[in-house]
Amino acid sequence: MDWGAIFLTVRLAMVVCAILLVLGIPIASWLSFSRWRWKFFVESVVALPLVLPPTVLGFYVLVAMGSNSPLGRWYQSWSGHGLPFTFEGLVLASVIYSLPFAVQPMTAGFAQVDRNLINASSILGASRIRTFFRIVLPLSLGGVVTGIVLSFAHTLGEFGVVLMVGGNIPGVTRTVSIAIYDHVQALDYAGANRMALVLMAFSFVTLSITYALNRRVWAVWPLHR
Amino acid sequence: MAVEHSDDAHPSIRNLSVRIVRRLSNSFALDAKFDATPGFTMLLGPSGGGKTTLLNCIAGLERPDAGRIVLNARVLFDSTSRIDVPASRRALGYVFQNLALFPHLTVEQNVEYGIVNLPARERRERMMTMLESFRISHLICRRPSEISGGERQRTALARALVTSPALLLLDEPLVALDAATKSKILDDLRIWNAAHEIPILYVTHSPAEAFTLGERVVVIESGRILADGTPNDVLASPRHETIAQVVGFENVFDATVRSIAESRGTMLCQLDGGATELEVPLGRAETGSRVRVAIRAGDIIVAAERPHGLSARNAFQGRVESVRREGVTVILMIESGARFEVHLTPGAFADLNLSAGKQIWLVIKTYSCNLVERRKDDSI
Repeated sequence: MDWGAIFLTVRLAMVVCAILLVLGIPIASWLSFSRWRWKFFVESVVALPLVLPPTVLGFYVLVAMGSNSPLGRWYQSWSGHGLPFTFEGLVLASVIYSLPFAVQPMTAGFAQVDRNLINASSILGASRIRTFFRIVLPLSLGGVVTGIVLSFAHTLGEFGVVLMVGGNIPGVTRTVSIAIYDHVQALDYAGANRMALVLMAFSFVTLSITYALNRRVWAVWPLHR
Repeated sequence: MAVEHSDDAHPSIRNLSVRIVRRLSNSFALDAKFDATPGFTMLLGPSGGGKTTLLNCIAGLERPDAGRIVLNARVLFDSTSRIDVPASRRALGYVFQNLALFPHLTVEQNVEYGIVNLPARERRERMMTMLESFRISHLICRRPSEISGGERQRTALARALVTSPALLLLDEPLVALDAATKSKILDDLRIWNAAHEIPILYVTHSPAEAFTLGERVVVIESGRILADGTPNDVLASPRHETIAQVVGFENVFDATVRSIAESRGTMLCQLDGGATELEVPLGRAETGSRVRVAIRAGDIIVAAERPHGLSARNAFQGRVESVRREGVTVILMIESGARFEVHLTPGAFADLNLSAGKQIWLVIKTYSCNLVERRKDDSI
């Protein structure tokens, strides 16, 4: 069993989820509350990774991170090494790739909060930030949890983007799905099966927990200020 | 604000002044111009007439296209000088039709929501006083889903009033409650407002509610204000047809109570300007006191001969003064000491063979006579 790959995959998924939590909530709340007429463009861009082949996305991310692009050069001068074929590069690509899986359930969650509650909160003097944290977020916790779990499960299993951006460097970019591919290439079906089972069991457990929590979200939410 | 001290010198400062236009579609615009002083101002009109839009504009939830809103000398909105105070800074109370209690917070947390910036002790004190005034102290740990409709209503009022708003907006807040619960809650609200004296705008589509609760009534239909004044003024206002329709009573009479039959639950009233006496339901009045009786034109029965064997208590003779048709309604004006407007269907009109000048009998059930109480402070 390739424990290095499993450990790396879980670490990647956790880092990506943390970033998506910080990034996804503002994007999702902007998407559900903004009345900007060109909002649909932003919606399309966020949803793009859902329909693009991972190779297309991976290709452009790779080009954008390369030493010929401003982003690549900026990162190179800031950190001393390039983004492609590193863990950081993998994180960046995975964040983009999993963004819709985090943002869409969150947007749906925020959008179903009764507008009257939000209005009542502002009339009682609450700022937008306070309204968001005291009213909107607690009442759409299901959507936020779903978004995070989905992007976690999705990052765990991604293959194409990882291969394009990260390659196959053990301990750095070799995730479980790459390891499974390697096992199959080497005709080691038993090894592939073990890894695949782990991934499947893990995904199943995470999803079960999410759906169970969504049934009764209040049981786990600290209600007081 | 500096104006606070001068309230006695300029009582008009404690009020709300609204002059706004808000276009809602190509054919429909809200065009409202009125003032409100401390006490209940009822906004009466059919659904979709712009009442809620008006409240939303005052609260800052919707932006008028033009106009000016001033509350206690503080400009909340002014299109010419581009002032638009955000809803969270307007310092007013708003109870929505669906109450909008926060479902995940307890009664206590709901009521406390608007005063979290106060020091803990003052916050506690104010909240407890408020909970007691509205008799919900025993519910503090419950969630909105765990209390009754009346208790939810009380919580919503307490939550709005605990912030000491300069104005209270109520959007059909009691529409789902039974009459007894409703009047108890309103009594508590009146007691509270006797001490605080803020203007209360109360939206309703029920004429009975508007005329019995309000110190002032503003009639709104299709975005326009049709009448504005004390309940008596509005009821007695010229018989503009739309007002009559909105208000619901085509016949309004001043009258004097002649006798009271408490055991039968009725009173006998003599209409002004004639000898006509009507038996009406018992109200809060004494013999000799002045009342106003309102009757829908469709509730009056016309008989060609003296009726007998009827349950209706009021039957008297009259003469048809004029007849006109409007759509599928025949409108008769009948003189019988007082002038009655009566609506008939064309079929009934044809069967009775009526024309101007003819003598007929009018029949009115006691419960078709609606008593509009006069408040002591009403100028008659």
